[in-house]
Amino acid sequence: MNEKIFNDFPQISDGYIYFDTAATSLKPKSVIEAVNNYNRNLSSNINRGMYDKSVITTRLYEEARVKLARFINASTDEVIFTRGTTSSLNLVAYSLGLSILKSDSEILISEQEHHSQFLPWQNIAKKTGAKLNFVKLDKTGRITIENIKKAINENTKIVALNYVSNVLGYINPIKEIIALAHQYQALVVIDAAQAVQHLLIDVKDLDVDFLAFSSHKMLGPTGAGALYGKSRLLAVLEPMEFGGDMNEDVEKDHSTWKASPQKFEAGTMPIAEVIGFGAAVDYLENLGLKEIMNYTENLYKQLFNEMKKLEDIEIYNPNSDTGILTFNLKNVPAHDAISYYAEKNIALRSGQHCAKLIHDFLGINSSLRASVYFYNRKEEVDRFIEVTKEAIKYFRKLGF
Amino acid sequence: MSTLDNLYREIIMEHYKNPRNKGLIKNEEYTNARIKNPACGDDITVSTKVENGMVIDCKQQAAGCSISVASASVMTEIMIGKTKENALEIANTFLNMVSNQEYDQSIDLEEAEVFGGVKQFPARIKCASIAWVAFKDTLSQE
Repeated sequence: MNEKIFNDFPQISDGYIYFDTAATSLKPKSVIEAVNNYNRNLSSNINRGMYDKSVITTRLYEEARVKLARFINASTDEVIFTRGTTSSLNLVAYSLGLSILKSDSEILISEQEHHSQFLPWQNIAKKTGAKLNFVKLDKTGRITIENIKKAINENTKIVALNYVSNVLGYINPIKEIIALAHQYQALVVIDAAQAVQHLLIDVKDLDVDFLAFSSHKMLGPTGAGALYGKSRLLAVLEPMEFGGDMNEDVEKDHSTWKASPQKFEAGTMPIAEVIGFGAAVDYLENLGLKEIMNYTENLYKQLFNEMKKLEDIEIYNPNSDTGILTFNLKNVPAHDAISYYAEKNIALRSGQHCAKLIHDFLGINSSLRASVYFYNRKEEVDRFIEVTKEAIKYFRKLGF
Repeated sequence: MSTLDNLYREIIMEHYKNPRNKGLIKNEEYTNARIKNPACGDDITVSTKVENGMVIDCKQQAAGCSISVASASVMTEIMIGKTKENALEIANTFLNMVSNQEYDQSIDLEEAEVFGGVKQFPARIKCASIAWVAFKDTLSQE
């Protein structure tokens, strides 16, 4: 990776190691500037004002949509801005789920899911009487097409899965799963929160029906995200939120809505954040996702190879496909271990990472997660390994 | 010397390795309260028996980090034999101490004083507090 890119991230400082990109990515200057420019110089609403600043703001907001659409090979009417992956998935679960699921329907889901994908569908299943059908994971926790074939049936109306697991870092074979689901006339809803920052996503090639992701995991600001939906599906999907600017005609007894995406964007949207989201796409495209993936993969390999040499480490996702390494120090609860890393100025995640079911599958209460990205360096991995060795010694001495 | 040494005191490690009053009793004389912390995976249940305004018995079952397990163990030892009012006062004082709020230093926290270092580690306040909050829940259900 070009040394210059490290200067793009003001959060990077000497001695601080950020290995928590899977929780949220760092933000480059260009994104911060885009957000600041809106707040400092524009600060006007979209689609409403006839004055210059409002017109410019509307243009910047819609340009972000064009960038996002191009980024995933969708058309602009197929990209809805939301608060993040969670909002996107709740929108699909409530609007689509409540309208098509019946008591004999099944939702095909997995224990890998983040709570943002699992809890909306669990809730909708309770409301509709539909059944949650969990695909069996293989021994390593992976979703296989063979097990999907065994689980899917003519009652499956929704297939709700992640593209990349936020705990295991595995890339799921969603293209094959989508093709199979369509043979059963099931619709596929993909949580791509951990995929967009690593993989080139082409929604047309995948033939995915709905795909959700967040700005803040791909260098953009928090508080913004997107939902992709196929045009013909969004045309009939009911909005979940009603309010300002999503309507066409409003009468006392009846009102009508605008077309997608406007009908799903009620009220004042997170304008600054959406504009920053667009700037994040620019940054990723300039650097190139392929280069990012190659660099991250090499860094991950270095991390994994060094970690697996350590005897007192339990790794739960050997050969992860992205930059995520999930582990524990043997006999040390994750919350104890994390305090050691925190004291050494290393940012990791500990706990269940909003994915309790996969921890049940692994038979553990909690874990530590290190996630690397293109702005991390080889020297940081070396330091991380050193600190891990020290941590093991420290806790053993205490009697763990 | 690591500042973490202020957290991992010998008494805490001793309770972590040999937790006291372990095991729950499920009968009408005992009140149970269970708290799970989804952020870290801690899962703690406290079981209390109160008779004539006195805590006659207190049991705990704790799965989690050393601080939460040791804290549950220390708590049960302190609470057994206290009046309900005194027990509540101690619990509130302890919770204020670990969360770095003002607390009445004249109240004897006994062995639980060793958790005084927790306030330097804001991320661990919850770990130290869970069992005490669960204990208060058992009293309020009485």
